[in-house]
Amino acid sequence: MSNLVAAFDLIRTFDAGLFQIIGLSLFVSLSAVAWAALIGVPLGALIALNTFPGRTFTIVVINALMGLPPVVAGLVVYLTLSRSGPLGSWGLLFTPTAMIIVQTLLVTPIIAALTRQTIEDAWIEYRDELTAMNIGVAARAATLIWDCRFSLMTALLAGFGRAAAEVGAIIIVGGNIDGFTRTMTTTIALETSKGDLPRAIALGLVLVGIIIVVNALAWSTQRFGARFSGA
Amino acid sequence: MTMLAMTTDLPIAFEHVGVVAGGVSILSDVTLRFHAGAPTILIGPNGSGKTTLLRVAMGLLQPSNGRITWGGQERVAPQRRAIVFQRPAMLRRTAAANIEYALASVDVSRDIWKQRTAELLAMVGLSGFGERPARKLSGGEQQRLALARALARNPEVLFLDEPTAALDPYSTKAIEDVLVAIAAKNIKIVMSTHDLGEARRLAGDIVFLNHGRIAETGAAADFFNAPKTSDGQRFIAGELLI
Repeated sequence: MSNLVAAFDLIRTFDAGLFQIIGLSLFVSLSAVAWAALIGVPLGALIALNTFPGRTFTIVVINALMGLPPVVAGLVVYLTLSRSGPLGSWGLLFTPTAMIIVQTLLVTPIIAALTRQTIEDAWIEYRDELTAMNIGVAARAATLIWDCRFSLMTALLAGFGRAAAEVGAIIIVGGNIDGFTRTMTTTIALETSKGDLPRAIALGLVLVGIIIVVNALAWSTQRFGARFSGA
Repeated sequence: MTMLAMTTDLPIAFEHVGVVAGGVSILSDVTLRFHAGAPTILIGPNGSGKTTLLRVAMGLLQPSNGRITWGGQERVAPQRRAIVFQRPAMLRRTAAANIEYALASVDVSRDIWKQRTAELLAMVGLSGFGERPARKLSGGEQQRLALARALARNPEVLFLDEPTAALDPYSTKAIEDVLVAIAAKNIKIVMSTHDLGEARRLAGDIVFLNHGRIAETGAAADFFNAPKTSDGQRFIAGELLI
């Protein structure tokens, strides 16, 4: 009980160390989702609107990558960014940038797969109308992305949920360096093992709160979309 | 309204057009021409090929054999023709935004979107509906909005696939009134319907299809007064053509 009280105290008093960690976590995860959206949404739309050899295989691979184990993603990025790796000279290992890269790797398949499914369903409905209106390929993609924006927002929030809750990959490529690459999840793991439970509990509460807010946003977005556009 | 006005899609000429899908013949040896003038109404029982013929005429479906030309040319992009489907897909936007999308598709200046949208909504009896989500409109309202959206493209030819099939008499009357007004503006209407009464009210010419073939064509008055084929006689008499 005393641990819980101490945890609430850390939050209530806006403990600087605690909120530095929360800030870094949000920065890393939001950056990763932004990059993943830039890659995943057009990629998903491209796959949805085109037929090409190997399309089914591509869809299967992207769907499979949604379940990519974070530690494997972390290992791949670690090997790529380590001093002896192909991008070792960039000096990114154990930096927030490396953490953003690995989370982007984890979130992109989620956004691409959900985008592909969403756009493909809408395309079935819109195909005749847009073809009859002589709409070009790029404009079709833009139209579908815009019209599906509420559903796609849910995909982005799902990606954010994955990124925010992830620990295995960022601890490998970030190194959990105090004040530099330490995030909520890596701190929880570390402080729990050290027995500093109030800090771990405080961060756990904040993390759960963020996840609840994200889900509430996803739900609200869908409801708003249904009311505003009949989506 | 840009260079589009300089081109023409009429006449639309089918020459021995056939459509085969999954080994099944949907249309066979269709030869006909759609000219400027009074509405042409396609009639025939279910599965007679009306929808397929409209899709081929619109350029949405390639014939398996034969050829089709628009204004004497093959493979003309659908810039001067528009279609209203039996179940039109509404964009997930407001009614006004649906029309604006169509205006943008034919490069109408953004400066006149608002005015043109208001005119089109008024034409189909949907003034005051502009800011409503299109997909929240009733079936009849969506059909009228689809009609306005098609007209936003300033078509020379307007295809309609059983636009009143699922509508109540009030909505049917509203659509028919708009079609009469459109025809008066020299927009060629080519429409399919099951409803013989509707065909009588609107048609200048009739194309009677049965089993994917043209069974009979001619002026509407001639067809309804003295059909030349026994199938035509039976269809008008309300018999089932199986």
